[in-house]
Amino acid sequence: MDFDFSDDQKLLKESVGKLMASRYGDFEKRKGYQTHTNGFDPAVWAEYAEAGILSLPFSEEQGGFGGGPVETMIVMEEMGTALAVEPYLACVVLAGAVLKYGKADDKIPEIATGEAIVALANIERSSRYDLNDVSLPAKLDGTAYVLEGEKSVVLGGGAADYFIVATRTSGNRRDVDGITLLLVDAKSPGISRRGYPTQDGQHAAEVSFGSVRVPVANVIGEVGKGLPILARAVDEAIAGLCAEAVGAMDALVKMTVEYLKTRKQFGVAIGSFQALQHRSVDMLVMLEQARSMAIYAALSVDDADEVARGNAISAAKVQIGRSAKFIGQQSVQLHGGIGVTMEYKAGHYFKRLTMIEQMFGDSDYHMRKLAASGAAIAA
Amino acid sequence: MDLNLSAEELAFRDEVRAFIAAELSPETREKLVLGREIGKHDFVEWQRKLNAKGWAVPHWPVEWGGQNWGPMQEYIFLDELQQAPAPSPLQFNCSMVGPVIATFGSEEQKKKFLPATANLDIWWCQGFSEPGAGSDLAGLKTTARREGDFYIINGQKTWTTLAQYADWIFVLARTNPQAEKKQQGISFILVDMKTPGVTVRPIQLIDGGREVNEVWFDEVKVPAENLVGQENRGWDYAKFLLTNERMGIARIGVSKQRIRRIKELAKSERYGDTQLLDQPWFREKLVSVEIELKALEITQLRVLAEARKRGKHGEADPNSSILKIKGSELQQVTTELMMDVMGPFVLPFAASMDDEDRTNEPPIGPDYAASAGPTYFNSRKISIYGGSNEIQRNIIAKAILGF
Ligand SMILES: Cc1cc2nc3c(=O)[nH]c(=O)nc-3n(C[C@H](O)[C@H](O)[C@H](O)COP(=O)(O)OP(=O)(O)OC[C@H]3O[C@@H](n4cnc5c(N)ncnc54)[C@H](O)[C@@H]3O)c2cc1C
Ligand SMILES: Cc1cc2nc3c(=O)[nH]c(=O)nc-3n(C[C@H](O)[C@H](O)[C@H](O)COP(=O)(O)OP(=O)(O)OC[C@H]3O[C@@H](n4cnc5c(N)ncnc54)[C@H](O)[C@@H]3O)c2cc1C
Repeated sequence: MDFDFSDDQKLLKESVGKLMASRYGDFEKRKGYQTHTNGFDPAVWAEYAEAGILSLPFSEEQGGFGGGPVETMIVMEEMGTALAVEPYLACVVLAGAVLKYGKADDKIPEIATGEAIVALANIERSSRYDLNDVSLPAKLDGTAYVLEGEKSVVLGGGAADYFIVATRTSGNRRDVDGITLLLVDAKSPGISRRGYPTQDGQHAAEVSFGSVRVPVANVIGEVGKGLPILARAVDEAIAGLCAEAVGAMDALVKMTVEYLKTRKQFGVAIGSFQALQHRSVDMLVMLEQARSMAIYAALSVDDADEVARGNAISAAKVQIGRSAKFIGQQSVQLHGGIGVTMEYKAGHYFKRLTMIEQMFGDSDYHMRKLAASGAAIAA
Repeated sequence: MDLNLSAEELAFRDEVRAFIAAELSPETREKLVLGREIGKHDFVEWQRKLNAKGWAVPHWPVEWGGQNWGPMQEYIFLDELQQAPAPSPLQFNCSMVGPVIATFGSEEQKKKFLPATANLDIWWCQGFSEPGAGSDLAGLKTTARREGDFYIINGQKTWTTLAQYADWIFVLARTNPQAEKKQQGISFILVDMKTPGVTVRPIQLIDGGREVNEVWFDEVKVPAENLVGQENRGWDYAKFLLTNERMGIARIGVSKQRIRRIKELAKSERYGDTQLLDQPWFREKLVSVEIELKALEITQLRVLAEARKRGKHGEADPNSSILKIKGSELQQVTTELMMDVMGPFVLPFAASMDDEDRTNEPPIGPDYAASAGPTYFNSRKISIYGGSNEIQRNIIAKAILGF
């Protein structure tokens, strides 16, 4: 048992923390980044590349830094504290994991250097959170697949140079087999997209494919066997998201406690009211529960046992969702009116935390997934 | 004991329902159903229809348009409006300043303001809160200095809801800074928003909407006849106003309507090979909220039955703080359930739900998804304003539990 970071990890935390503080220390800067097309400033992305965090989760052979889940946790927590708007989770963690586990190494250097943004397009109008719920057909025509249909809420999809598209090459809409992952150049004829901001100030896109031809060489993994790769990548993204949420919650709890100590009503700091002290304590308890589960997620995501891995990730996601909801709601409440304004940072943490709960399966979804797998959380 | 409505009450309910069905503009109703913000026009048009029917201000004195309804009838009326859904009569006019003027105002003030207030010819906003005076309202710093036949007002109000539409504002201002207790030196003054020196600046809320404002007063010269009641007695009138505000504060009808809507949408939302509404876990979540809502409705009716016994202008009932706490929590929970229906389509942000910001772009995903997130974010205000839920707990602790 060891909860300490190694010296390298401490160094990483410190340097990423510094970088994020320089880019996000002033909240006004974040608003500036959001005004760029696709909702982030490419200059900041270039700095991430320079600092090496875009190459972090990839092996040295793949052109990466060889970081593992703990390193990703460290970076994502700092992203959460900063309320960063760049598509790090979408591109480096999520799409990067698909490429990694699909053994499609050739695009990884482009991610690692910041040259290309890759986004995963798997959600459809009625798939909700089920990864196996894929309809978009890819029909084989000579040496190419032809794609026809729409993908929704593609994270980082506005800026993407490549999409990883989950397609159906055989079987029916919800079959586990028959899902094929294809790497698709975003400039391919027949692709149109509509980028938009999300509720939490990040960015996503609706992407439609009209007879888009994709060379068979662009299959990631094996034909019809995309689901396990997708599931593993999404688990990795959830672990990252849990860490991001912890960063955001930690900052929000601190911010709220600070506010209670300075805001005066009735001639005293409102933090002198025991009701508010106890509420803050409950927030702290929820934060520590979440932190523990984010660690659990990071340390389970490489578990070779797929079911154990999935269960651990679902358990973490549920705890993060509960903590995020409680801390988000209570911090707004304890701020009073200022907590529901756009100009103040607390409300933005609240919105991000709310969306984190909804992403990659909300708490209900993961509760039911756990229950269906025999309610087995490894002892 | 009997939980049923009387024959007259049922007949009244049907009459209200029929009136709304016949008179409410479909556009206004649709905005409310979809969770879009309704604009000034929606409020004004609807309130004038209600006023023509004699229903805009049923709880006012009869000579100024009141109906002499009992509390139960008032409840049925508001519940039907909320469930339709239809806009409620503008509360700043009808539940706040109107009753204050009718009770404490001069004859001239009554004649000048009450008919126009009932008909929404004048739109009022509430100038109570300040940056430094929220829960501690009596700590307000805005001053009104008497100079001849005028008051000169200086200071800043904030969180002023819909001040951008307002013609007049009712202000609490300090007229005697030397008063022994801070509650004692405050006056209730009516100010025309067009008076030189009044500045309104919008505050954007986290859902992107602009429903609240800062209102600044810089040497604003107001005729002394705009003082309501006596100088330095404004705190009493404010407390009277806040008591009136409690009627229907739980907004049970709003929660009922939202649950009905959730069921409708969950029926059309595909969930695996079934519909979301067919999922037992989802039904359990809905039922769990419906149980609490039923309990609250009966609690509300018990509070009203007590009010009926005490007569109309009885003391403020601290039990109404129970209604505020639970009613706000349930309104908030229903917005969470609504998000659950949308799945991944909660994420897209489709400009703001403000009327003026709306674009003609097609929706992303189902057209009802766009408002789910913003409505949830916005609903967090309900446990903050009108006396925060912590302040309500303080009231209960003191007034009911005797701490
Ligand atoms: C099953 C059991 C086993 C125990 N075993 C032992 C033992 O082995 N040895 C031993 O020495 N003692 C033992 N205790 C005693 C235990 O430590 C006391 O019960 C405990 O300290 C609380 O004291 P009290 O019961 O007098 O309650 P009180 O101190 O009177 O508290 C009553 C309530 O007021 C709350 N309260 C008190 N002060 C504050 C405050 N400042 N702010 C907010 N809330 C407050 C408390 O949380 C509690 O809810 C045991 C008690 C129990 C129930
Ligand atoms: C959307 C919106 C619309 C509004 N519209 C209007 C309007 O039209 N006109 C108007 O005049 N005002 C309006 N208000 C203001 C509203 O009444 C105040 O926000 C409210 O009174 C709380 O004050 P505050 O925001 O300054 O928070 P604070 O009073 O600073 O409270 C901060 C936190 O401390 C808690 N707290 C404070 N005192 C105590 C205590 N003694 N014990 C325990 N906890 C305590 C509060 O509950 C809250 O959680 C509006 C507010 C909002 C958010």
